[in-house]
Amino acid sequence: MASISNVIFYVLIFLSVYVQVFFLVTFLENRKKIVVRNGKIKLANYPMVTIAVPCFNEEKTVYQTIHSLLNLNYPKDKVKIFLIDDGSTDNTYEIISKFAQYPNIEVFRKENGGKYTALNLALEHLETDFFGGLDADSFADPESLIRIMSYFEKDPEAMAVVPSVVVYNFKNTIQNAQQAEYYMGVYFKKMLGFLGAINVTPGPLTIFRRCVFKDLGFYRHGHNTEDMEIAFRMQKNQYKIEHCNDAYVYTNTPTTVRKLYRQRLRWIYGFINNTLDYKNLLFRKKYGNFSIFTLPMGMISIVSVSYLFGRIAYNFGSFLYSKFLVFQTTGFSFASPNFNFDPFFLNIRFFVFLVILIYLSIIFSMVFGKKMAEGRWGLSLGMVYFFPVFSIIAPFWLMKAVYNTFLRRKPAWR
Amino acid sequence: MNNNIDWKKYLIVFLITVSLFLTAGYLSNYFGNRKINQLKLIQDKIAIDILSSETQFSLLSELSCKNISDSVYSPELGELGNKLEWSQNNLGATEEVSYLRKYYSLLQIKDYLLAKKIFTRCNVKSAFILYFYTTFDNCNLCQKQGIVLTSLREKYPELKVYSFDYSIDLSAVKAMLQIYKIKDTELPALVIDDDVLTGFHPMDELEIRVKESFKFQEKKPETKSAE
Repeated sequence: MASISNVIFYVLIFLSVYVQVFFLVTFLENRKKIVVRNGKIKLANYPMVTIAVPCFNEEKTVYQTIHSLLNLNYPKDKVKIFLIDDGSTDNTYEIISKFAQYPNIEVFRKENGGKYTALNLALEHLETDFFGGLDADSFADPESLIRIMSYFEKDPEAMAVVPSVVVYNFKNTIQNAQQAEYYMGVYFKKMLGFLGAINVTPGPLTIFRRCVFKDLGFYRHGHNTEDMEIAFRMQKNQYKIEHCNDAYVYTNTPTTVRKLYRQRLRWIYGFINNTLDYKNLLFRKKYGNFSIFTLPMGMISIVSVSYLFGRIAYNFGSFLYSKFLVFQTTGFSFASPNFNFDPFFLNIRFFVFLVILIYLSIIFSMVFGKKMAEGRWGLSLGMVYFFPVFSIIAPFWLMKAVYNTFLRRKPAWR
Repeated sequence: MNNNIDWKKYLIVFLITVSLFLTAGYLSNYFGNRKINQLKLIQDKIAIDILSSETQFSLLSELSCKNISDSVYSPELGELGNKLEWSQNNLGATEEVSYLRKYYSLLQIKDYLLAKKIFTRCNVKSAFILYFYTTFDNCNLCQKQGIVLTSLREKYPELKVYSFDYSIDLSAVKAMLQIYKIKDTELPALVIDDDVLTGFHPMDELEIRVKESFKFQEKKPETKSAE
């Protein structure tokens, strides 16, 4: 039994190292193509863009979200803003209706039906060649849109361009840990972009060509992750998704463990179930790296983290049991244990070196992600928080997402 | 859209990953060997210590027993025992580790015999327990007995515990098992002052026994003297 467990463990370690090396090789291949533009840029043409802001009870942040759109460095007459109240029960509608006076803003109100229905309402009224959404808890950097549009100008095959999403106003440990994770996300997204294998077009300011919705249809429920489902659908139809690393969108992140848990449960549940819905894409050469790398990698990550957590929990349980046995046998002892450090007892089993390698690779992705997101090198406190916070909590939402998938239980939005 | 899969890259990454695995294996092996060498050095030192004590004993016993009792004890034996146990758990029960364990058992027996000789000639009583256990069949009682003995040794630092794996393939250990008539069904087994105790014995009972046999004083917490 122990040997089977070890074989599984080594296979998972091998696959995890493989994924990290794959990203690293992709980075080395494409490093010269990664450009971070600091100043303002100009386009030859400024196509019309519609940005929809679906809101449900976002009275605290929506004002700032709209202002961030009004402050975009893009010709005002080329940006249409749709504000859609998806049946809010707070003052969201009162706030957004004040913006109706702007010539480029239209305000809609509908019964609550979920984010994808709000986006679809916007799509029904779409008249421009480009469309994007902006979550009402996120704020666009003034240069973000123009930088995204430069990708479309450069590459007529680009069908969607996703920005770099970074954490806004991080205050506590949980948010700091997420900040590091988002840096890592910027790096991975860029690498997946090079591979043509992006699996999510995030709610905050991904811009699409209109033909995507014309050809492939509107947003779907997508297990509460409509931004993932549309990306899967695009990959299925071989529509190119790019990542514009220097287009920044700042997002509010969950402030508590509970809120983070619920958000991630929804994401992971969405990933598993969208993958199941699109399972015929798996390991099919026709669908490129998305099918051979992204989807299997996601599944491997879920299995690896859950398995490793189980293993660590088992070892920790054994440790506690041994301590309990000592207590039961000899009673509580006040004798201070001997803390003399002897390097002899350092674990030198071969997987330890590989785990260190994986950790170093993750730290590299965070540091480089930060470089892409902030234009400067360096470590941050969030990177220190990331490992304990995510190592402890992530396995729970991963396992719960798998459990819910088996039971077909759908996680709530919040 | 460019959906060409760069299979060469997948292969190269595979080869890099394999070489990383091999490198990790090599490093692990390298450090494992260093640990084994470290163990060998400790064992050699103990062997020299014991031999030296035996020689010293032979040279001086006729004349005086005075200086012998202090030098007989091999303090590294306990440390070596811990390291060997750790090695077996972490480096695996390799041929080298099991060889070192045999050697360790032999050193313990030699240490024990020397202590006995000294007792006979010089009447210096050495406090020791012989402990027989097994690693087979998840002997829970052996695990518990081991904990009791560790705790007892912490309390009474003069006490020495010689522990022997019942299943070790070493004729000297088998001879000891025969001498004390210990069977595998009666493990764990202890020998205190030539009495054989089988089965698990709790802390309180052993403590009374040890105190009576060896006239021990409990280890007192160290107090710092004002300098």
